[in-house]
Amino acid sequence: MRKYEVIFIVRPDLPDEEIEKLIAHMETFATEAGGKIEKVEKMGRRRLAYRVERQREGFFVLFVLEGSGDTVKELERRLKVTDTVIKFMTVRVDEELKHAAKMKVIREKRAARRPAAKPASAPPPAAPLAPVEPAAPAEGATESQS
Amino acid sequence: MPPTRRTYKPEGRSGSRPSSGSRPSSGTRPAGGSGAPGGRKQYFRRRKVCKFCEEKIDFIDYKEVKLIGQFVSERGKILPRRLTGTCSPHQRSVALAIKRARNIALLSFASKI
Repeated sequence: MRKYEVIFIVRPDLPDEEIEKLIAHMETFATEAGGKIEKVEKMGRRRLAYRVERQREGFFVLFVLEGSGDTVKELERRLKVTDTVIKFMTVRVDEELKHAAKMKVIREKRAARRPAAKPASAPPPAAPLAPVEPAAPAEGATESQS
Repeated sequence: MPPTRRTYKPEGRSGSRPSSGSRPSSGTRPAGGSGAPGGRKQYFRRRKVCKFCEEKIDFIDYKEVKLIGQFVSERGKILPRRLTGTCSPHQRSVALAIKRARNIALLSFASKI
């Protein structure tokens, strides 16, 4: 099982109820094709960076789902057929998330090691500071003597 | 008398610093890049650090346009590492995120100024 993010853009001139209906349809298609939807996020109306099918705006919808390649293939076919969807993209995220989790563990390990190293390096800067402080009054003392 | 001698010691240490600082001044241009601690006033350049390493971001999401947009020029080009200071693994993932964002119309491929 792989984890995918399917993002698609719906025409902005579509009424909200229609968008809801479309999202519900897409969800059923995905589950019928053997997918398990984890999250449906309506990212809302946004400006497009460039014109797509003569539209300057679009309603973004994000699906996070778990499934096989066939699930995505079927969902993509459905999205392609639907005229109200102007653009879609699928990204496989499981490996990237795994890598991110691995990096997090490595960082935590490093962070755990660092506090142990810090006390060792801390005393040396403290030692040079100590002679400087008594030195200042000593200078004042020499001035008063002269 | 001994305390006064102690006062000279730190001065001697600080005195060694200008000598190391004078080295970049003799050859300012080539040393300017890497020798950040040595160069004093003339070319004070802030050391660039990888934003993602600083903020501990492992996974750069293509949907975060605000974040990714900082690594794109006005014309929509991906900014090079030498300008942004990003480390090489993160630069690769930023580039990937930018390309994905372009594909789904969150970022432009090329924009007129």
